[in-house]
Amino acid sequence: MDETLRTDLRTRVEELLAEHDPATTGPLEFLRARFDAGLAWVHFPGGLGGLGLPRRHQPFVAELLAAAGAPDRDRRRLTIGLGMAAPTILAYGTEEQQRRFLRPLWTGEEVWCQLFSEPGAGSDLAAVATRASRDGDTWVVNGQKVWTSVAHKARWGMLLARTDPAVPKHAGLTYFLCDMTAPGVEVRPLRQLTGEAEFDEVFLSDVRIPDAHRVGAAGEGWRVAHATLMNERIALGDLAPPRESGMIGVVAGTWRDRPDLRTPGLHAKLLWLWAEAEAARLTGLRLHQKLESDHPGPEGSAVKLALARLAQQLSGLELELLGADGLRYADWTMTQPDLVELTGGDAGYRYLRAKGNSIEGGTSEILRNIIAERVLGLPREPRADSGVAGQEPAR
Amino acid sequence: MNSRAQGADLDLLYSDVEDALRESVRALLSSRCTAQQVTTVYDGGGPGGRLWRSLAVDLELAGLLVPEEHGGAGASAREAAVVLEELGRFVAPVPFLTSSVISVSAALAAGDGTVTARLASGEWTGALAVPLTTGPASFTPAVRVDADGTLRGRVAVVAGAIEADVLLVPAATAAGTELHLVMADDPGIRITPVVSLDMTRQVADLELSGAASRRLLDSSTGETAVRGALRLGAALLASEQVGVADSCLQLTVDYLRQRRQFGRVVAGFQAVKHRLADLWAQVESARAVARYAAAAAGDPDLPVAASLAQAYCSEVAVLAAEECVQLHGGIGMTWEYPAHLYLKRAKADQLALGNAAAHLTHLAELVNLPSG
Repeated sequence: MDETLRTDLRTRVEELLAEHDPATTGPLEFLRARFDAGLAWVHFPGGLGGLGLPRRHQPFVAELLAAAGAPDRDRRRLTIGLGMAAPTILAYGTEEQQRRFLRPLWTGEEVWCQLFSEPGAGSDLAAVATRASRDGDTWVVNGQKVWTSVAHKARWGMLLARTDPAVPKHAGLTYFLCDMTAPGVEVRPLRQLTGEAEFDEVFLSDVRIPDAHRVGAAGEGWRVAHATLMNERIALGDLAPPRESGMIGVVAGTWRDRPDLRTPGLHAKLLWLWAEAEAARLTGLRLHQKLESDHPGPEGSAVKLALARLAQQLSGLELELLGADGLRYADWTMTQPDLVELTGGDAGYRYLRAKGNSIEGGTSEILRNIIAERVLGLPREPRADSGVAGQEPAR
Repeated sequence: MNSRAQGADLDLLYSDVEDALRESVRALLSSRCTAQQVTTVYDGGGPGGRLWRSLAVDLELAGLLVPEEHGGAGASAREAAVVLEELGRFVAPVPFLTSSVISVSAALAAGDGTVTARLASGEWTGALAVPLTTGPASFTPAVRVDADGTLRGRVAVVAGAIEADVLLVPAATAAGTELHLVMADDPGIRITPVVSLDMTRQVADLELSGAASRRLLDSSTGETAVRGALRLGAALLASEQVGVADSCLQLTVDYLRQRRQFGRVVAGFQAVKHRLADLWAQVESARAVARYAAAAAGDPDLPVAASLAQAYCSEVAVLAAEECVQLHGGIGMTWEYPAHLYLKRAKADQLALGNAAAHLTHLAELVNLPSG
């Protein structure tokens, strides 16, 4: 059965290449044509860049196109849009929203950011205080968001705001798509421990959002945001990353390049972390094989938990391995990068940046609660705020 | 370094056939291999031989890995791995791993139809005469072929030897390692049971002095066959360890959800919840690693998969058993509660077929991370 499917996919790829020769077609034009041919993400529905196939067929299409020298986007710039905005819009967006947003999101014409966290709403995300008040066909938004990765590059933001302060806090939230160029949106860099400002603070003052950019019903924002977060927590990007992807590849590379640094004690540590990293890779692979749809469950939390810890331990080990060179740091100058580079920079940068891995997208402590409660069925944490109206969220 | 996405083309899930096999094994073990029955092996009893006959002959598990033309089921290592998960879950005191996986693998390499057919039918139970601690990378023969052609030497802590009808004995000659078949009742072999840390896989010391044998493999292929059998054993032992770990986690979760202290269910304390969440995550990782090792049985990546499986899954099984004892509190220390059965099996399994350090050292060579 798969063989017929593969033949069909091969034909579609050949047709695309014949009609839009990558040698003579501009990259954006080609990517738009690829989207329209259903070869962007085959597991998306027809007409929205896909063919409604199981997602395991996507790597095959990607391989054929790469072999033909077709242009591709820099996926690293699009992590938030591809990994979080797209599945959320697909699951909860209107047909009009799907047609408007998914194509430029996928081609990379429009970069996305996530306007969730606030100074008073971190792990307790449902405590968001940013207000959206209805005014005819638009909503008027006021508030402050924080830890917004690359907001300074984003065209659109996924916004969680409070629309009904009179009901308990989870019930009073609504999910919007926010135009980052709209009047009243102010993005300020937020410098972090690495020296640069990959994050921003976003201030929203009387920002007007059309009701057509609401995702899900008013008051349904918590459920929609949940879909975004669950997608954030599964390993993003490659369905089948090769062995030694990510931080283990960097450290193993240093080990191979620098025989002068090797010691028995560091060797033992490295080998155990290599085994753990390979175990985490296979766990992610198995999780993806299990995923029949684009709605990952709480199991994905375990992979994020493991990868965060491993990135921290491995980047820490690399500094120890480098010894004297581990005391050098490339540059403390404040810059605003285009993308979040988890394995880029020098060893010192990697060590510092990796500290964020167990905080961003759900702290490791919250993820353990999620596994304990939703996978193992253990009792929920006692809450001091249940039934309290969102107007004065208990923090 | 191989840049292929190892595992991408291998199915790490359980197939319907595997699930059905698991159900039939579990149904039998649920009634015939309860924790109470297993505990009696420490006092000289246990379900032992009759249980093994039911599994080996009635469920036809003895010949699971033997091709159909030699009287077996012609199944793959994936099915054998599922059987081992269940045997681990029940800490079943049966020689499936030593006879139906390791001995069958060596016999298949020898290409001896008679031996494989008898192992497949359950008429014979076999054991490879090496210490249980021997890993695929660390094997050296302790028995030699004497001038008169008989076998001589001592082999300590051999698993499956007590139950065995035949022993597959790696034996040194000047030219290299041969593989010999010795009947367990040969007057030239003495099999002395050892009081073992894990009596559910009791080991025995062997002494061969003038044992008569039949040569199955000569010195050109003997060592490869022995290493191959140990490698497959190491790869599939990981699934037994997953069964042990999974069972420990389940036992602990079930207990803590009903145990109350300070007017609360103990499973509601965050310190406990987070430990159980971490343990669950590690058991699921061990499952992925073990599934990969089973699926990679015919793949060039098997040496990496098998060593990774033993390095990782052996540690997770021990952790799960130790957490099981600790989180149960006092009852976890008692003889009547089954936690100790898992602890003893998990710890013995950690030493079996090469310990984690040995496998990591082997991995270092395989994946080009040299020590100096």
